[in-house]
Amino acid sequence: MTTVTMTVNGKTVSGEVEDRTLLVEFIRENLELTGTHVGCDTSQCGVCVIHMDGKAIKSCTTLAVQASGSQITTIEGLATGDELHPVQKAFKEHHGLQCGFCTPGMVMAAVDMINRLGPNLDEATIRHELEGNLCRCTGYHNIVKAIKAAADEMAALPQAAE
Amino acid sequence: MSNEGIGARVLRKEDKRFITGAGRYTDDMVLPRTGYAAFVRSPHAHARIKGIDASAALAMPGVDAVLDGNQLVGDGIGNIICGWMIHSKDGSPMKMGAWRALEPEVVRFVGQAVAVVVADTLKQARDAAEAVVVDYEELPAVVDSLDALKEGAPQLHPEAENNLIFDWEIGDEAATNDAFSKAAHITRMDIDNNRLVPNPMEPRSALASYDRAEEHYTLYTTSQNPHVARLVLSAFYNVAPEHKLRVIAPDVGGGFGSKIYIYPEEIVCLWASKRVGRPVKWTSDRTEAFLTDAHGRDHHSTAELALDADHKIIGFRVNTVANLGAYMSLFSSSVPTYLYATLLSGQYDIPAIYANVKAVYTNTTPVDAYRGAGRPEATYLVERMMETAARELNLSPAEFRRKNFVRQFPHQTPVIMCYDAGDYDASLDAAMKAIDYEGFPARRAQSEAQGKLRGIGMSCYIEACGIAPSKAVGSLGAGVGLWESAEVRVNPVGTVEVLTGSHSHGQGHETTFAQLIAERFGLPTDNVSIVHGDTDKVQFGMGTYGSRSGAVGMSAIVKALDKVEAKAKKIAAHLMEASEGDITIEDGEVKVVGTDKKLSFTEVALAAYTGHNLPEGMEPGLKEGAFYDPTNFTFPAGTHICEVEVDPDTGKVTVVGFVAADDFGKIINPMIVEGQVHGGLTQGIGQALLENASYDEDGQLLSASYMDYTMPRADDVPSYVVETTETICPGNPLGMKGCGEAGAIGAPPAVINAVTDAIGTNNMQMPASPARVWMALQSAGLKQAAE
Repeated sequence: MTTVTMTVNGKTVSGEVEDRTLLVEFIRENLELTGTHVGCDTSQCGVCVIHMDGKAIKSCTTLAVQASGSQITTIEGLATGDELHPVQKAFKEHHGLQCGFCTPGMVMAAVDMINRLGPNLDEATIRHELEGNLCRCTGYHNIVKAIKAAADEMAALPQAAE
Repeated sequence: MSNEGIGARVLRKEDKRFITGAGRYTDDMVLPRTGYAAFVRSPHAHARIKGIDASAALAMPGVDAVLDGNQLVGDGIGNIICGWMIHSKDGSPMKMGAWRALEPEVVRFVGQAVAVVVADTLKQARDAAEAVVVDYEELPAVVDSLDALKEGAPQLHPEAENNLIFDWEIGDEAATNDAFSKAAHITRMDIDNNRLVPNPMEPRSALASYDRAEEHYTLYTTSQNPHVARLVLSAFYNVAPEHKLRVIAPDVGGGFGSKIYIYPEEIVCLWASKRVGRPVKWTSDRTEAFLTDAHGRDHHSTAELALDADHKIIGFRVNTVANLGAYMSLFSSSVPTYLYATLLSGQYDIPAIYANVKAVYTNTTPVDAYRGAGRPEATYLVERMMETAARELNLSPAEFRRKNFVRQFPHQTPVIMCYDAGDYDASLDAAMKAIDYEGFPARRAQSEAQGKLRGIGMSCYIEACGIAPSKAVGSLGAGVGLWESAEVRVNPVGTVEVLTGSHSHGQGHETTFAQLIAERFGLPTDNVSIVHGDTDKVQFGMGTYGSRSGAVGMSAIVKALDKVEAKAKKIAAHLMEASEGDITIEDGEVKVVGTDKKLSFTEVALAAYTGHNLPEGMEPGLKEGAFYDPTNFTFPAGTHICEVEVDPDTGKVTVVGFVAADDFGKIINPMIVEGQVHGGLTQGIGQALLENASYDEDGQLLSASYMDYTMPRADDVPSYVVETTETICPGNPLGMKGCGEAGAIGAPPAVINAVTDAIGTNNMQMPASPARVWMALQSAGLKQAAE
């Protein structure tokens, strides 16, 4: 067992974990933040995407001990109080979700995409950048629209919202 | 009139919890003292179990119990059943082999559960499951349905000689043969429909607990139909009587059919929770999902289409072998029969149809309904045949279809279905216009100039939704009625709760169902909540599948609303001393027509509950329930047109344009309907180009992970153009037809018709992978060179 300490959504947390404990298990089971999901066992589907030190990662292929000392943001920490992040708002406004299971990972990946590449994203870039996130409900059509709309909105903001 | 009523693009009420990570799915549920289950699964496709040694596993830390099939059978847990009786053409009943939730004797597919470990943590349970030693005697396996019917094939079940479950027929064989004897042209094809894995993003999960004092079970599970789950668990699997079993399906992350059925794992978790005296939780990993979620499709067919000299279809003859896998899943027998062969008339006026369907056991995962369920298989067959016939006769694909469209309604087909309404020209016109069909030759020339092959293909599909009239399906073998129920509760403060037997797992019922109340009473949808997915809360229900929640589920709500409205009007008339016939309800107000007299909806609701001043003899309260049993299937139909570009060097197909023009009847929320179409199309394109459940000859599933099974990704599909045309369904009060499955039904033949148009050779099975397309181009080239 190892003690891990990290900052999750602005709060310092620590816990005792087996060395083999995955970051997603620590987040879901120890911290009871169940917005981050598990959808596969080969790091393909992206429903577990969170931000570690400002970058999107798959928390199903990261050990909790690797994340010790890092800054973590999960879907629960994306909004500022009641003010939703522009990407969250856009997913609702453009019907970019149906069952909602892939949504947290999609939103976190989209925020990272906009942070990384800047807000001037075209459809082909968005589709390519989503290769690590699967959705079985929406056919991606409205997810792509939502990300484009959020990027456009964020371009108009003085700085990126995260 | 409220702006949130029928036809409004109301944003979804349910979204906030999902975009903030506050959704509550089964695996998110936590109960005190929960033990975790890990299943010991067969690595063999067919093997006799000679013994199970659990001693090492039992000695491992945290392990509570290792349970096997002998204990399960000993405790009287019943076999898993198929709930739809099909009779062979000789009158004999289908041959159902025994399926136990934990198999004690012979395993018949890779992944079948033989034992379960319950431990303090999931890691402990999984470690211990690996330490359970099962002594198997391997038996020869068969995976392809045609091989399974051959003499000398390995035999799966003693009940089913030659692995044949049933040999069923529909239509008039003599009349069809007669049509073929008079045909001017006959088109013949061998057509396969590839096996798919549904793959909702949320894996199946179950959390079961047992209250020893009350002798009562609670099951949280990933179900599309919690009441049916409870019914089957109670009546057939003997877990507990219905009043001692509560089934809760909370947020469910997609289903596509795969979460209709009650699987071994849910049964075992319930049974084990009593055995070990603690709640038991199991969540599928993705590999388990590939191995154990019911698969879809898997048909081999031969089809023949007979035309007269005027290119009118005079006969259609089909032979299909359907692979049902190792066991008969809950609805499996209905899929390749009444959900398939009854749609073989397509959108066309065909005087004679005959179909023979053989259903077969193989050493593969059981096959059942997956988005479309039988109708994609029928549509693929019909629309590949139509395209091929048009090509053989050098006819325009659109004109050949038009020549044969049904235009008089109601139209009785030779295969049971009676189409009630439709306008197939309208959707074909809309689709051709939207994709600029006339501009295709120019686009093809442009592609050619860049060294690419461009093709265009259409499919004019029809499906039967809104399943289904109980009496009709009963006469066809269904073990249940397929009505739906609803209860509308107006609270004393005038807010409304609707309890529905439909289940939402992505469809947006919390919004669309609330729009009905907005439409009827002019109340904001924020004043309405939809309650579903809990057998303790909702009266009863048959669940969500077969695009039935609109046409059947919402019709039940409408019936209950009729009663609520009538009672509210009586109360209002009494309070305002007016005639009941002069009362209207709009914008949240109850008014006397032609006067300025009015009450707020809240005042009427409150009056109903105070009971201080009600009409003589009226019961207090404002809450009504209704059961709605449909009078017919509904018949959504439309035209899908796909345009592809093929890279001849690699064989890669790119979908460069896709138009869907669908007639869903009355639409409640266009935004949600379009979303359903987008998702269905992507699954249909996935089937046509990417997806395949691929078994090796020993019965190992080669594509059992996302590394191997090609799920459609964002850059595999285009943005879609979705159009709707409208003919009102006369069979239900809202005029709705259903939209959930259309995309998955219409898309595959449109894509393959486009691919074969591009590459200039008609022989192509799904998925049209780069390797297959490249091979087809090479062999066409070789053939050309040889000539």
